[in-house]
Amino acid sequence: MTETARLTDPRQLRERAERQAESLPPLLARAEHLAGTVLLGDHGRRRSGLGDDFWQYRPAQIGDPARWIDWRRSARSDDRYVREREWQIAQSVMLWVDQAASMRFASDKGLPDKGERARLLALATAILLIRGGERVGLTGTLLPPRRARNQIYRLAEFFAEPGTDDYGVPEHRAMIPNARALFISDFFGRLDEVELALTKAADRGVRGVLLQVLDPSEESFPFKGRTVFQSIGGTVEHETLKAGDLRDRYLTRLAERKDRLDHLCRATGWQFHTHHTDRSAQSALLTIYAALDRGTT
Amino acid sequence: MMLGPIGFAAPWLLIALAALPILWIILRAVPPAPIRRRFPGVALLLGLKDEESVSDRTPWWLLLLRMLAVAAVIIGLAGPILNPQDEAETGSGPLLIVMDGSWAAARDWDRSATLVEGLLAEAGRQGRTAAILRLTTPEAVTFAAADTLRARLPGYQPQPWSPAPQQIDAAGGLLPDTDFDTYWLSDGLAHEGRTALLQELESRGTVTIYESPRPALGLKPVTIEDGALQVTAIRPMALGPQEITVQAMGRDPSGTLRTLANLPMTFADAETEATAGLSLPAELRARVTHLSIAGARTAGATTLSDDSFRRREVALIGARQEGETLDLLSPMHYLRKALAPTVDLIEGPLMDMIPANPDVIVLADVATLSESEEEALYEWIDQGGMLLRFAGPRLAASDVSREVEDPFLPVRLRAGGRNVGGAMSWGEPKTLAPFDATSPFSGLEIPGDVTISSQVMAQPDPSLADRVIARLTDGTPLVTRKTTGQGQVVLFHVTANAEWSTLPLSGLFVQMLERLSVSSSTSRPQAEDLAGTTWQPVQLLTATGRIEPAGTLPGVPGERLIDAALGADLRPGLYQGPDRTLARNVLSADDTLRPTQWPARLRVEGLTRAQEQPLGGWLLALSLILLTADILATLALSGRLTGRGAGGATAAVLLALTLVSPAPVRAQQATDDPQEIARAIAATSEVVLAHVVTGNPQVDDLSQAGLRGLTQVLTFRTSVEPAAPVAVNLETDELAFYPFLYWPITPDQPIPSAEAYEKLNRYLRTGGMIMFDTRDADVAGFGASSPNGRKLQALAEPLDIPALEPVPEDHVLTRTFYLLRDFPGRHAGRDVWVESAPADAELIEGMPFRNLNDGVTPVVIGGNDWAAAWAVDQTGNPMLPVGRGYAGERQREIALRFGVNLIMHVLTGNYKSDQVHVPALLDRLGQ
Repeated sequence: MTETARLTDPRQLRERAERQAESLPPLLARAEHLAGTVLLGDHGRRRSGLGDDFWQYRPAQIGDPARWIDWRRSARSDDRYVREREWQIAQSVMLWVDQAASMRFASDKGLPDKGERARLLALATAILLIRGGERVGLTGTLLPPRRARNQIYRLAEFFAEPGTDDYGVPEHRAMIPNARALFISDFFGRLDEVELALTKAADRGVRGVLLQVLDPSEESFPFKGRTVFQSIGGTVEHETLKAGDLRDRYLTRLAERKDRLDHLCRATGWQFHTHHTDRSAQSALLTIYAALDRGTT
Repeated sequence: MMLGPIGFAAPWLLIALAALPILWIILRAVPPAPIRRRFPGVALLLGLKDEESVSDRTPWWLLLLRMLAVAAVIIGLAGPILNPQDEAETGSGPLLIVMDGSWAAARDWDRSATLVEGLLAEAGRQGRTAAILRLTTPEAVTFAAADTLRARLPGYQPQPWSPAPQQIDAAGGLLPDTDFDTYWLSDGLAHEGRTALLQELESRGTVTIYESPRPALGLKPVTIEDGALQVTAIRPMALGPQEITVQAMGRDPSGTLRTLANLPMTFADAETEATAGLSLPAELRARVTHLSIAGARTAGATTLSDDSFRRREVALIGARQEGETLDLLSPMHYLRKALAPTVDLIEGPLMDMIPANPDVIVLADVATLSESEEEALYEWIDQGGMLLRFAGPRLAASDVSREVEDPFLPVRLRAGGRNVGGAMSWGEPKTLAPFDATSPFSGLEIPGDVTISSQVMAQPDPSLADRVIARLTDGTPLVTRKTTGQGQVVLFHVTANAEWSTLPLSGLFVQMLERLSVSSSTSRPQAEDLAGTTWQPVQLLTATGRIEPAGTLPGVPGERLIDAALGADLRPGLYQGPDRTLARNVLSADDTLRPTQWPARLRVEGLTRAQEQPLGGWLLALSLILLTADILATLALSGRLTGRGAGGATAAVLLALTLVSPAPVRAQQATDDPQEIARAIAATSEVVLAHVVTGNPQVDDLSQAGLRGLTQVLTFRTSVEPAAPVAVNLETDELAFYPFLYWPITPDQPIPSAEAYEKLNRYLRTGGMIMFDTRDADVAGFGASSPNGRKLQALAEPLDIPALEPVPEDHVLTRTFYLLRDFPGRHAGRDVWVESAPADAELIEGMPFRNLNDGVTPVVIGGNDWAAAWAVDQTGNPMLPVGRGYAGERQREIALRFGVNLIMHVLTGNYKSDQVHVPALLDRLGQ
């Protein structure tokens, strides 16, 4: 039986589809659950601006155009009032979640792997944003920002596809000017790619958040003895006779990398946060949400 | 090959030790294998160099560990042996091991057995044949392979007697004609005829003597002087002062063997004999089964007790005392007076008496027994106990042995017997007929003033004539007897007091009891006294001083029992004769112990001997341990022993250690439960009302609430201030703490176990009160007409409940606190029943109440559902309605008053009854 025949065999197809679908609802449910823990009470757009909904009446001030005056309200008193509307410009938020092999790592059976945590956070953020009326999509051309609730399912679908690379590279094509962006990765890949992406984003007025998701063992490096370290994809290998001796130098390099990312973010108006998989996802979600919110002011 | 005290079985294997340095070099060159780890952070590691450029080698101490392990394996396989026997010293040819095998050898038997095993093992290695000859049980000597003999060694045990001269002679005759060497394991005591055997043995080869330096101790039979046990211990040599402890062993009431008394004794400096007196309470003395020297553990250091050093023990069990019976009217008084001079009397509850194994149990007018009591009593009679019963009002009133013959009565009884006010009557009191020749009483002179005025009557049965051993002039049985198993049951058809007859007042009563062997004096019989009798062994003494059941050994003729030498056909032990038991001990009163005197030419050695000790196993085990340590160390070095892995490994090591160490024994007893103790203290520091748990939660809750209500009322109105009521489980809880038990009846509650009934009977006999409430007075009358009534009958059947009557008008319950006429609960039903007043209580003219005797009725039985009327909830409001309107509240009030009266009655007895005397006293004082 050829490959094509195997793929088009209805039973095979269905089986694969179901296997794909299996992973969606739990992720979605958990993302919904996580999003449910954040109240939208402090939403940054609750202010006057362009929009359709009534916001407030305020006394007319000098400089207000006469056609702004709401005569119906003003007729009820001696002052003149201006009718303000709520600011209702929707933001576009673009997500990039590292799907590379390096994210499929968890040092302990009790911990989620990094990729899972990253997808969960991204999806929960997406749910929150869509509930708040923003448009959410992926960077690149695959899934441009949209507002419908259906977009969440599409996002989840995209997240279910594992990447093939060993280390992920930020997708920086087709960025919408003045949008917001959220990049979630371990950022163990090439930094110049990240730099390129952020520079390009800054050029287009895109600001956002870099969230580095790390496993606790990647922070502590608790290894000893003669060890051959391999990347998850198996493309990179390093052998040492005394792993314990490498610890300090490893940690220095990690700190350097974080420092550089932070600098990069400051330079481009982004924000950099680190999240560990042994911490609660909720705190990370709040961090992301607050950071994105700040970006909208 | 020898290296100091260590020899090797395969010394050439040690050459392999030369390979160790090569192994060292090889192992050192190979670094430990790397672990492969998946780690995304490897991206950051790229380009990092190891600081030490040399490859990571195995550390020297790990190498040393491995070397040691390999060396231990090599040396272990080379077969090292500690203390190998020098073959030059030992001879060749067959080997004979002569063992005395007597009771004195038992003190060091384990060491002797180890020694013999060592000797045989050695002989096996040298290819010598061997044989064992025991002087106590001489058997033909046939030399066999030493290993075969070694396997049979556990079968050789010491015998509880000394080798007799004829046995030693016989042993000499059994020797084969060939030459052989002899090892003689002596017991350290001189035995006649040994010299001849020694010469015989020396003519065949060399003789080596092994003898324990520890002197054998002996205990002579115990005699009684001035009520104390005279204990005499002997030793073979006067070797300075020596202190020993003699233990008197016996069974405690629960039947377990324990030390009842310790007697320290001291051998004076130049004495071989020590004597001391041990004075014990009669009860303890009767329980002593044997005395033994602590730590000696030989048959000679043990002396069995028999009838000769104990007085016959008689347990007196009377009926529950109903009220203030004068001592002179109590049946027990007459029995005590008649028996006290010649026997040891014990009194108490039946279940406490039976483990003491008395010779006779006297039941004076006790009609019913609980099931467990019956079982224990039956077993006791079956094993030779004698049950002596006296009739009385209770027996006459009971249904015992009416239709079917009771196992504890020799005859069936006619209903009622001849009672005061009964149908039967004599014109004038009857006298005794002369005793038959077959009667045990035959020949006793009958005083003319012995008259019988009442008795229980036997039903005419076919077997009756055989069972009568005393009769009246009109032929009616007075004393009947039947045998049950090895024991017998005797019934006096009259009371043991002077109420029904004058028999207990006469000397004939004492003589009759003596003839029945209730009381008898015992002294050590002579051999000629026992001629013609056969004695059955009951218990035998083993050489190590343990007492074992005799099994099915044949009986021993009486004339041999006292004097004949002990042997396989007359073992030391306890023998049962026609009417008594006799102990045959290892040592008799005039025995002495003499030490052995070996000629100086013989080698005499102790029992300890440097044993060959193969070390190979230990070394191999050591290498295993070292290799395990090596595994752990290797894991630790390579970083695999981290985190949970380390936990797992540690757990595995700990598990291995736990498997090696023995599991702790749980010695905690249930009685030490602090919760139980706390409960007991709570129940006894205040008055506590209690109700019986029925298993029906609704009824139990209501009982609890009812008693709570009653407790509140008592606290408000009287000086009785009980603590919170408790629920009592008859099976598990102690009842003695509670003066009052409320027992609601449900049709489905379980029947208590035999033990629980025993507890309940004890509770009733010692003054407790149970209130049975069938709770159905609204629908049923008294009796078995309702399910609850039937259940009550079933529940109360095994209880020792006296005759009942409906509460009479002048019962003290009507006036202990409130003046009451009736006793309603939630139902204002029918009669309430209490223990009936004695038949002789009469109303004195001018007195409001009868002069009733003292004592609290043990039971109150009714069906008015009192708890429901008393019940209050936590806030003190009544839980259930009673009647309607004001009349109903009045009924509740009366119910509460009844409760108050009841508790007052429980706590103060018939104190209020005594108040009737006050007017008379005032009158006599002239006021």
